[in-house]
Amino acid sequence: MLPEDWQIVWFTTWVSALGVALIIPPGLALAWLLARFQWPGKSIVETLVALPLVVPPVATGLILLKLLGRRGPVGGWLHQTFGVDIVFSAPAVVVALAVMSFPLLVRSARTAFEEVPKRLEDIARTLGRGPWNVFLTISLPLARRGLAGGVVLAFARALGEFGATIMVAGFIMGKTTTLSLAIYQNVQQGDDAHALRLLAVCIAMAFVALWISERLSRRRTNA
Amino acid sequence: MSLVLENIVLPLAEFELRVNLKLDALVTGLTGPSGAGKTSLLELIAGVRRPSRGGITLDGVPLANAASRSFLAPEKRRVGYVPQDLALFPHLNVLANLRYGGSEPKLLEKVVEVLELPTLTRRPIASLSGGEKQRVALGRALLAAPRILLLDEPLSNIDDRLKEKILPYLQRVRHEFQVPMIYVTHSKAELGALCDEVLTMEMGQISGSLRLT
Repeated sequence: MLPEDWQIVWFTTWVSALGVALIIPPGLALAWLLARFQWPGKSIVETLVALPLVVPPVATGLILLKLLGRRGPVGGWLHQTFGVDIVFSAPAVVVALAVMSFPLLVRSARTAFEEVPKRLEDIARTLGRGPWNVFLTISLPLARRGLAGGVVLAFARALGEFGATIMVAGFIMGKTTTLSLAIYQNVQQGDDAHALRLLAVCIAMAFVALWISERLSRRRTNA
Repeated sequence: MSLVLENIVLPLAEFELRVNLKLDALVTGLTGPSGAGKTSLLELIAGVRRPSRGGITLDGVPLANAASRSFLAPEKRRVGYVPQDLALFPHLNVLANLRYGGSEPKLLEKVVEVLELPTLTRRPIASLSGGEKQRVALGRALLAAPRILLLDEPLSNIDDRLKEKILPYLQRVRHEFQVPMIYVTHSKAELGALCDEVLTMEMGQISGSLRLT
């Protein structure tokens, strides 16, 4: 492994972690709303959230590019208001990873919340606690293993993201290069040995993340 | 205490619960065959369910009114509810479960003393026996300082030997706390030992009442 390879591993890890950290608050809130309440438009939101799982990542990347580009509604506003350009930068990688991991986090968190007996929440309310207090003291602690499993799973998904990232962030060495992009680039350049070394690191990281996620969900099942 | 259920209607799986009732006894027993709607009635009073018609008031405070679509949230009712499954919080120990109801020091001390819980406070819920769990659930509900306490078959899941031990605790609660109760049971012995009035429920309706005191 070359020093720049470690730099790529480090970059991939922190952008994945940051991407997942960004989606934890909205992801848990949405999962909670989906798990516990009936509301108009719920099935449409459910479908929209799941879309990145089935739409080609490159297509999701193209949507992000159009939204975040300087002529896009979000990117244009950011450029005019703050003078900031997101596309083809590290923040674009973070956004791509966050969007692509979001469905997995929401799905896992929803299941975790659904596994908390609603009865306990009802009884907590009769003991004088409001809905927000019940969420923090009953639902969240009882769902914590499932939620942690979902977070790790989303992180594992982010580690391996390729299609959306290359569309919205491109391949800029030292600036937007994740492990997946680096593997692709090395194969393109005929440096298979280098690509295989990065592949081994990629598999090892994904293995550890999935193993932790599985362990957490198995403990939850046994609990 | 005055609890009024006025022309209450709640659709259940096989029939409609229809109740028109005024309760003012300290302890009202509620009995009847399984599936008669006893638990549903308690859930309506606790605010876990909403009536499709009618209204409920407790000491003049409206808890629910289907016509005006008003519904007082369960946390604002001060109605203590101990369900049949007890619903103790498994991630909290005994003391934390009790404190979830309320942590006013004098009341906490009294509840722990009356229900003989001092040796259990640090124990996890999973390690408790059926009778111990029952006492913790009762204590937790009492600590929320309820205006009325709803007990759903509190002794149904414990063996006869334990029943004999728990019943005196319930009598002590009646005597020491003077909290009005609705006590659901199939047992005539429990009704006789605790209740001032007994209501019988069948197919979602009150089919009989009997004053014991």
